[in-house]
Amino acid sequence: MGKLTIGCFSSLVGSMNLDFSVKLASAAIEKGHKVDFWVSGNGTMLSIKGQKAFKDYTHLEKTVKELMTKGLTATACEACAEARGYHKENTIEGFKRHSMDWYLASIFDADRVLHIGGE
Amino acid sequence: MATTKLGFIVQRPPYKSENPKLALTHAIASQSVEIYLNDGDMVTADLAFIGDGVLNCIKNQKAMENYGLTSTESHIKSTLMLDLSVFVCREDLDKFGLSEDDIVMDAEEFGAEVKVKVVPFSEINKMMEEVNHLLFF
Repeated sequence: MGKLTIGCFSSLVGSMNLDFSVKLASAAIEKGHKVDFWVSGNGTMLSIKGQKAFKDYTHLEKTVKELMTKGLTATACEACAEARGYHKENTIEGFKRHSMDWYLASIFDADRVLHIGGE
Repeated sequence: MATTKLGFIVQRPPYKSENPKLALTHAIASQSVEIYLNDGDMVTADLAFIGDGVLNCIKNQKAMENYGLTSTESHIKSTLMLDLSVFVCREDLDKFGLSEDDIVMDAEEFGAEVKVKVVPFSEINKMMEEVNHLLFF
């Protein structure tokens, strides 16, 4: 099985890119691949806990938590998160926070990289 | 010992979205990635500005004065100081009526020896074929 690194820079609400990226990660994990998931810029919104499940707004906290129990490694850009007031204490348990070099290190030995840009 | 080559392609204009700056900061992160890798392994980053992205390279940006932010120009200079290869598409500069005189070409004031390369798109295409992974911003 391969290793997939997915980077997504779009916001949780206001774009469907994160929905797509998380679905893609889920499909890859179901097939037995290893998936590293990096969020940067507005994408760091995904890492925030306490997302309310309104039906008109994307909410992926539950999905991401489930995927992490199946092996997903999810990491947020720490500087991008802090710049937005998303602090460690507001971060979903298990969702890592690192500097941008973590993403490049993950890409280093990835079989495929899917970089899904921002707005 | 292995090297993974990355190509960062910037195609969005500056100050409209965060994307160009994220491209630059992620490319700059290639200089500290070794802390996560085995000895001898490395990641290299080439940057190319194409389409509307060439507007990021216009010199004398006043981002600090107007927004209180580090300018994209300043980040480009940082990449030159770190010896990253920076390409700017000549055809796209021409479309905006810009020339090498209008854009950041070097960071000599910071001691950078590397300069921006204004090249035909065919050369950027060659770079894109040579890297292991492409990241579009």
